Parts: sequence; C-alpha cells; structure tokens
Amino acid sequence: MRDVAVIGTGMTKWGELWEKSLRDLYVETALLAIDDAGVDHIDSMYVGSMSSGIFVGQEHIASLLADYLGYAPVPSTRVETACASGGLALRLGFMEVASGMSDIVLVSGVEKMTDVGGDEATYALGTAADQEYECYHGITFPGLYALIAVAHMNKYGTTREQLAEVAVKNHRNGSKNPLAQFPFEVTVEDVINSVKIADPLRILDCSPITDGAAAAIICPVEMAKKLNKPVVKVIGSGHATDAIALSQRKDMTWLEATYRAGKSAYEMAQKKPKDIDVFEVHDCFTIAELCVMEALGIVEKGKSGEAVEKGRTAIDGDIPVNPSGGLKSKGHPVGATGIAQAVEIVEQLRGESEERQVKGARVGLTQNMGGSGASTVVHIFERE
Amino acid sequence: MSTPSRYWREVPQRYRLEANKCEKCNKKFFPPRLICPECGNRDLVKTKIAEKGKIISHTIIRVPPSQYKDQAPYAVGVVEMDDGVNVMGQIVDCDFEDLEVGMRVKIEFRKLFSQGHSGILCYGYKFVPDS
Amino acid sequence: MEGIVGYGAYIPRNRIKVEEIAKVWGADAPSYKKGLMLEEKSVPSPDQDTITMAVEASKNALKRAKIDPIDIGAVYIGSESHPYAVKPSGTILAEALGATPEVHTADFEFACKAGTEGMFVALNLVKTGVVKYGLGVGADTSQGAPGDALEYSAAAGAAAFIFGREKVVAEVLDTYSYMTDTPDFWRREYEYYPQHGGRFTGEPAYFKHILGAAKGMLKKAGMEPQDFSYVVFHQPNGKFPLKAGKRLGFSKQQIEPGWLVNKLGNTYSGSSPMGLTATFDIAKPGDHILLVSYGSGAGSDAFILKVTSRIEEVRNLAPLTRSILDHNKNYLEYGEYAKFREKIRKAD
Repeated sequence: MRDVAVIGTGMTKWGELWEKSLRDLYVETALLAIDDAGVDHIDSMYVGSMSSGIFVGQEHIASLLADYLGYAPVPSTRVETACASGGLALRLGFMEVASGMSDIVLVSGVEKMTDVGGDEATYALGTAADQEYECYHGITFPGLYALIAVAHMNKYGTTREQLAEVAVKNHRNGSKNPLAQFPFEVTVEDVINSVKIADPLRILDCSPITDGAAAAIICPVEMAKKLNKPVVKVIGSGHATDAIALSQRKDMTWLEATYRAGKSAYEMAQKKPKDIDVFEVHDCFTIAELCVMEALGIVEKGKSGEAVEKGRTAIDGDIPVNPSGGLKSKGHPVGATGIAQAVEIVEQLRGESEERQVKGARVGLTQNMGGSGASTVVHIFERE
Repeated sequence: MSTPSRYWREVPQRYRLEANKCEKCNKKFFPPRLICPECGNRDLVKTKIAEKGKIISHTIIRVPPSQYKDQAPYAVGVVEMDDGVNVMGQIVDCDFEDLEVGMRVKIEFRKLFSQGHSGILCYGYKFVPDS
Repeated sequence: MEGIVGYGAYIPRNRIKVEEIAKVWGADAPSYKKGLMLEEKSVPSPDQDTITMAVEASKNALKRAKIDPIDIGAVYIGSESHPYAVKPSGTILAEALGATPEVHTADFEFACKAGTEGMFVALNLVKTGVVKYGLGVGADTSQGAPGDALEYSAAAGAAAFIFGREKVVAEVLDTYSYMTDTPDFWRREYEYYPQHGGRFTGEPAYFKHILGAAKGMLKKAGMEPQDFSYVVFHQPNGKFPLKAGKRLGFSKQQIEPGWLVNKLGNTYSGSSPMGLTATFDIAKPGDHILLVSYGSGAGSDAFILKVTSRIEEVRNLAPLTRSILDHNKNYLEYGEYAKFREKIRKAD
C-alpha cells in the first residue's frame, strides 16, 4: 500500500441556502478543492450523500455530479452509510490511491436538505434507524440519542449541564468559523431552556438541518511532495458496523462501532489517543460527543462529562474536540459532514485555522458516525 | 406510505411477540433472525418473548414523526424483558414524572397509528405499568 | 353442559365527569347526574379502539379459561364502533390471540346488543358441536354528539366470553330473544354521530324489549325473579336498569353487582356483558344469573346462567371488573377529551 496525502480542500458556507441546488453545492466545493490542489485532472471520484433521493428526488448522483463537474467519463461512486457517508467516501478514495489503482481522487460529500418540509426531512433522517422496530413505534433521531443520554446519565451520573457544555464549547468554536451555519455563542442556560425535543434533549443539543458540501483531493505522498504542497498524510483509516437498533446493542451507552473503527485506525497509524493533538467528532447531539470521546479512548468510560466541564476539550485544552464548531454550530448536511471534518483537520495540521488554530497540531483524528452509531469511519492524519 | 404488505409481514411479531432462538447459544432474537450473529447457526427455533420486563431507558418525544403528529408528547423506552430480550416501544397509561429506569412494565395491544385518514390501521405492542 | 369457560373485561383508564361536560355546554350538571344516575364515564385513549380492548378482554378470558387459543373455532366481536367500515375486526382479534387460521370469524352489529349476539352464536356453535370453543366479545368506543344527552354517557369498554362444554365456570341453561323493528336510535352511513328519538327511546324501545325478553325468558324457563341471585340489564344510564328491575320484581341487591354504569357510562355492546363479568367476579357456585341485553333498532337477548364451583378456582387469574373500573383512573378535561374522541375539526 502506498502512503496517501490530502493536497487540496474545499468548503463553502453552510446553512439554509435557497439559491443553491444539490449540483451547485457539489460543484462549487469540488472546484475549490481542485484549485487548492492545483491538479488539472482527476482519476476517480467518490461522493457521499445519504438521501438525495428523498430530499430532492434524485438518485444516480454519482454520474450526475461527474457530468456537472465537467469530469465525465471519470469513474464516479456515490457512497451511503447514513451520516457517515462522507467519511466512507474518504476511506474508499484512500483505498483506491493506496492500492495504486488511481493517483488523483476527489472525495466529496453533499446534502441538500431544505427543499422538503420538516416532516419529510425527519422521515428521511429516520431511514437510518430500524423502520419496523424503532420508527414504527414513534421514535425520532433526537429520541434515540435521548435514550442513550438517559442511560449514560443513569450509569455514570452525567448531568444535564455537562451535555449543555458540549454545545457551549462547540458554538464558541463555531463563532470563529466564517463557514459555520450558526456562528454565534450560546450559554448553558440558553441550552437548558431551549425548546424540548425529546427529554432530556432540547433543540440546542441537536445539530441542525443544513445545505452544504465539502471536498478534498487525495493523491500518493510522492506526488504531493513533487507538487510542493505541505504534506498532510492519511496515516490511519478504520471502519466498523454495529446493530442499527438500540435494542440490539449490548450496552446503549457504549459506541462499539466507534471503538472498533478507532482501534483499527490507531493500529494502522501506530498512534494512541494521547498522541492525537486535535479531534473532529460526530456531535449530531451533545450526548454523542461525550460517548464518542469515551469510545475513542480520549477519556475513561463515564468521564467525558467531567472533561468537557473542566474545559479540557476547548481549543486551548489538552484534548481539543471539534475546533470547527462541530455539527452543532457548523451544521450537518448529512453526507458532507465526514469530508468537512477532514477539511478542518487538514487545515489545522497546515496551520491555516486562524482563530480556531490548535497550537502545534501535527496529528489529527476525524470520527464520522451513521445513525445512532451503527456505522463509524475514523481517519488519522499527520503533518510531515 | 407503503402498501399493506410491509405491515402485514410483521404481524406475528407485532401481535403475538413471535421470536426465535439459537439453541446453541441460548440466545433469543426479537425480531427473529435467519442466522445467529454469535455462532452462525442457521437452524433457529420458533419461540415468543416474555410479556413483562423493566425499563432500561426512556424519553419523551415532543416533536413527533408525521404519523404520530397528534399524539405527542408520548414516552418511548427500551425495555429489558424478563427473558433478557430488549424491546423498544411506547410507554403509556403512565404520568411522565413516574417514568424511571427499573420500572416494571407489561405489554398491551394498542393501535399505533393509521396510514392517513383512509389508509390501514397499524396495531402493535406498547408498554403499560405493571402494578 | 355448555357454558362459559373463561370471561374477561377491559376498561380504558381515562374518565371524564358529568360536571366537566356540562360546564362546556352550559348544562345543569346536578340535574344530569340525578336524571341519568351517572357520575362519570370511561374514555378511550387515541391508541385504543374496539379491537384493542377486545384483545385485552379476550386475553383476560383466556387466562381464566386456561385453554390453547388454537382450539378456539369461532371469534366474534359485536360492536357499533368497529374501526373499519369494511374490513373485519374479528380477524385482527383472532390473529392477536393465535386462533388463526382454522377459525370462523364474523363481525356483529346491532347497536348496543352486538355483544350478546356474538355470544349467542358462539354458544350455539359449541352447543351443536360445530366448534370446541367459541369466543364472543362485546366492545365499543361509542360517540355521543357534542352537547347531546348521550355525550354524558357514551363510554368505552369490552367484555369477552369463551364458550365451551368442559370445565365451565357457568352453565348457560337457556336463551330467549325478542326483536321488533323499532327505530329509536340510528346512525346513517357517513354520519359521524348517531341520532335518537328522545323520549321514544324509553317505553316503546328499551322497556318494551327488556321487559318482553325478560318475561319471555322467565316463562320459557318456568322461573321467577326470586329464583335468581343476580340480574344484569343493559345500562344506557343509571336509572333505566333499576326501573326495569323494579317493574319485573327484582330487588336492588340482585341488580347492584352488575350495575356499573354510574362510574363507567354506557359501553354499548359491552354494557350488559360487562355487568355479567362484574357479577361473575362475586357470584357463588349454584347462583342463577339472568342477563338481558338491549340493542336499539330494536331487540333484547336473554340468557339464564348457573355458576359452577370452578369459578372460584379461576376468578383471580385475571383482573376483576370493579378493580379495573376503580383503579389507576386518569381524569380528563373537556379539551383533551374532545381531542381524544376526534371531535375537533382539523385541517386535513
């Protein structure tokens, strides 16, 4: 296997973007990545998107977007594993370059979520859960994470305030991110008193509905060096699955797929959690960030709430998590999130993150998760 | 919404709690599976799950999916049945303040929702307090 | 001899008081309470209907009968509020109990008498040897038009009876039916609420048929009111069954155990059947019970039952009727009641 580097990134402002179609979002960010990389062709492309069919009635987007990008007849693959679609697109691109099959691969994620009403969007997101044994009974995505939160609070004493601190920290980070959907700060009181969604979760515990895309160009390390780019290598990649339904998990408070994907990635990268300088994780809900921290071995089981409360996961803390603002403040266009996490880490490792810079960051990790944790993709990056 | 076939196919589980089990691992599966995920055994035997259990987590849905539009807020939980199988379902006939992890509940047959005002009625299990 | 091998009841936990309904319509609550001899009624939750209640009542009956549901050869639900206009309720009940596929099912309807109809047919199929066990259920979630007198009493509940030949808790000694065409209460297709003939629902309807059936049954059986420990009448309100009993020569003590309406309301097809389950809950071996149902349109079915010693062995295997009636009650305000009963006009 060859070593792989990320040589270009592209991302535009995320939000409720009425003027932009799915194709617009995709092409704009893909072109930014291609320009950033300075390449004049690509060999293959992977696009992560969870539900273009339900949101805009469009399947077959692999070819649609290849054409609109002006790159047809390049091989193009649409990747889907719920909210981890972007991360998986990156992994598949990585495998294609590492194997020697292709040299320059464009990996992207895109989701256009605001062309349907709230009910339809909720339905689309709900397709990531068990239709017959979870959704049939009236559960929603916030509901699934609320069940995880109640179990975690019961088992470890995690508090309502500790959950809120995750949102506060991510919004503080996001307020420094010009591309974030919600670049403003919130307080613990704001979170705790916001509209109830699924007890104990309130609306400020939940990531939003967002339109957006993100892209990256990857190639073999040798080519990156020849192009005179700062070399940010993908040194670890892990992917694991778990039962979709919460009732089929052995322990609702433990994200087994995240643990296993993390373990694979750490092993490949020959790194341990303490070697990672900066993390971008899947905070679809505040409780998710806490559980992910534990499953990735960043903190001990049950200790995540305490760590956030103490400020350890702030940009200037000893274990910075989600300097981009996370899904909470940056937004969560489902298929795009995994790629956006990579974009943030690559920029952090290049030293380009300005106000959000984690000082001296050399090794970064992205963790992208689908549904209530049934699929997880983890990547580890290192600046040479 | 879907044709009645998807609803009808799950009737043995929704009405009668039919499950299956792997006799090698002594594990029960609800809904039934075709292959045991622990040992790969493909000869799973028909059984049913227990009708009583205890709550292991619960939440109150305030913003419901569309087919439950007028029923919110309602409680949903994961219940560990007395035979060790976990089941997700609504918890009804209970004040929200009384919901707690460990509470004993039992299964009751209820109407979950209807597919619009002219579509089929969808029945199944819910949990009620087991006093 | 053929009879009942298992019985069970089910009542939703919600209640609404007469005062609460009267308040909204500007009616005089005390006079309604006095006139109807009614304090409160049961209200189904949005997730409950004739079928869900029939399933739970039948499960209670199965607990007492101690039989394998696969041996039930006939399943009948009688109701005037079947959830579908076209699609049987009985098949859902039969499926939920595990009686399918070798079972005869039919849905019965005859205003509030539909329950005893199903019971009559199930009994006779057992009597003639066509089936080993037959299940007859009376269940309703009836509606009264907003502000109408019937809104105070239209309630929800179910009572189920499994008939068989062996190990009966009560033998059915005889039956008698009395029918005429009397349009006292009806609902046309596509109408949401029923209509009724006001005072015409009294003498020419309820009393004529209840008394006609009771007298005909007593004459046929050669029995007198004193021969019975208990009598159960259809209960559209508190007053009518007491009046009927008095006119026939029954005492208040004979009527009381099966008189649930003051706290339950009128459960229509479940009314006299549930009065019977409540009576079974306290009856002693050897007791004779007279059951007289009434359905508008109009007619009455009468049954003479004799309780056996087995009743004491199985009675406590399922909840007692008054226990379900009196415990875990949830009182509603009119707004929530109207929402539950879909009385509010919505956008779609």
